[in-house]
Amino acid sequence: MSTATMTKGASNPPPEGSDRTRAENRLGRKLVAPAVIVMLVVTAYPMLQALYLSLFRYQLTTPDDKAFVGLTNYWTALTDSLFWRDTWNTVLIMVVTVGIELVIGFVFAMVMHRVIFARGVIRTSILIPYGIVTVVSGFTWQFAFSYNNGFLNTWLPFVADDYNWFGGHWSSLFAICISEIWKTTPFMSLLLLAGLAQVPEDMLEAAKVDGATWWQRLWKVILPNMRAAIMVAVLFRALDAYRIFDNIFVMTKGQNNTESASFLTYRQVIEQFQLGAGSALSVLLFLSVLLIAYLLVKLFRVDLAQARQES
Amino acid sequence: MKTRIGVVVGSAIILIWCLLPIAWIISLSFKSQDAVTNGSPGFLPEEGGSAGWQNYKDVFDNPDFQQSIINSIGICLIATVLSVILATLAAYAIARLEFRGKKLVLTIALAIAMFPVVSLVGPLFDMWRTFGLFDTWIGLIIPYMSFTLPLSIWTLSAFFREIPWEMEQAAQVDGATSWQAFRRVIVPLAAPGVFTAAILTFFFAWNDFVFGISLTSTSNARPIPAALSFFVGSDPFNPPASLMAAGAVVATVPVIIIVLLFQRKIVAGLTSGAVKG
Repeated sequence: MSTATMTKGASNPPPEGSDRTRAENRLGRKLVAPAVIVMLVVTAYPMLQALYLSLFRYQLTTPDDKAFVGLTNYWTALTDSLFWRDTWNTVLIMVVTVGIELVIGFVFAMVMHRVIFARGVIRTSILIPYGIVTVVSGFTWQFAFSYNNGFLNTWLPFVADDYNWFGGHWSSLFAICISEIWKTTPFMSLLLLAGLAQVPEDMLEAAKVDGATWWQRLWKVILPNMRAAIMVAVLFRALDAYRIFDNIFVMTKGQNNTESASFLTYRQVIEQFQLGAGSALSVLLFLSVLLIAYLLVKLFRVDLAQARQES
Repeated sequence: MKTRIGVVVGSAIILIWCLLPIAWIISLSFKSQDAVTNGSPGFLPEEGGSAGWQNYKDVFDNPDFQQSIINSIGICLIATVLSVILATLAAYAIARLEFRGKKLVLTIALAIAMFPVVSLVGPLFDMWRTFGLFDTWIGLIIPYMSFTLPLSIWTLSAFFREIPWEMEQAAQVDGATSWQAFRRVIVPLAAPGVFTAAILTFFFAWNDFVFGISLTSTSNARPIPAALSFFVGSDPFNPPASLMAAGAVVATVPVIIIVLLFQRKIVAGLTSGAVKG
């Protein structure tokens, strides 16, 4: 038994062109094929379909009226103030929630990293918001903010007891953000906790011995060592936040200009049966997600492949 | 000493953060319909405003809700089993074999995990209506699978990469056939990872809302989250808050039970899939 066989697939691939390589190639592809096919059938194919439909004027209620209109749907969307209002809402929600979650999540991760007593209880509880259905958390917060049934108005000292949070644009957005932050901070803090565990203890000790303050240790030792973890957490949460839909649907149904980009797309397709215009919005939504991913990867200057070792 | 106080205070805040809203929705679910209609601000049910188990009885007596529970459990379980089987094959190949196109597979999975779900709703809505899959279990199982696959593939390939595969050969040297070696050595080592992936997949599917409301139109296949959002009682201007709270608690209980039972595995799965790669 040679070492080459022992570390099969890891560091010493057998020489190119041997029977073994070809057999492995075949087996490997056979094993991944079903998963790849399912993933492509439900995402790549419909996406191409959306790309195609977006070039047509096509409403399900009047299918005979279907006609090729080129890029008109995109032009209509991009010149419509509704589109920009909703996109702006989505970006705002994304930036605010991810920013706050990063800070709170980091504090939670620090606490969980140091806690000894009741460690299990805390780690279990933090999974509860993560596990809860978003719709349920949306309802929970909607009822909590409600002025005739909730408790928040009576608890908050500077808010009138009959203040209607869902009566205005900013207060509605605030309630939506709170619900989103509550639900997803645990996910952020678990990822950051895993990153924190990878910060070498001896480096921290050395910095301490050298007289670095707590603040210096945080900025010079802890955060640089966690860059990959922070990057992954922010990237995942940002893309997730940009898709925001459930919370808004449940809490405001898009009233008071709280609609998100996803909501607009949903409304076009499912409620108004505008498959052509809706598909153009789907494509634009997809492109904005790509753009955000690209910008974040550039911004953090972290090689994703390196952070994830292989992907 | 200062850090210790900080940690204790911090832990208390984390616990309140996580559990207070849960306590609130449970409290609301025990308020009586009358109290809620007349407005009963406050955390706990007021005196005489408690409904006992009545809201839960009403929720379980509602045929639409019954059906949505069955739908959710059935659809999520089937999607989870299928997705984990496919993901296990793929993750085994990724962790164990050298083949061309491996990076491509991981890239596709990454891209799909970031995909805005709503983008697919339009074309799927159109396709499913043509194929007769609209408002059926299969019509939801297929999209759920494709969305849970990337997650399972990552979680599992991270787990599988840590398995010392040499042990399989060692067992063969000791006289086991390759099947025996695989079954006796690798399967027990891989099982916890597969199980973790299954739990996460189930969460993911259970949580879905976009497909749930767009690809169904009746209680034939409508899952709980979608059913909850359509759950408007006799008076549309006064949605039955306490009844919906009871429904929300019912939708949450399975998740909480799973969390309580398997918290260690879930944490390991979440972090290994996302951070270690």
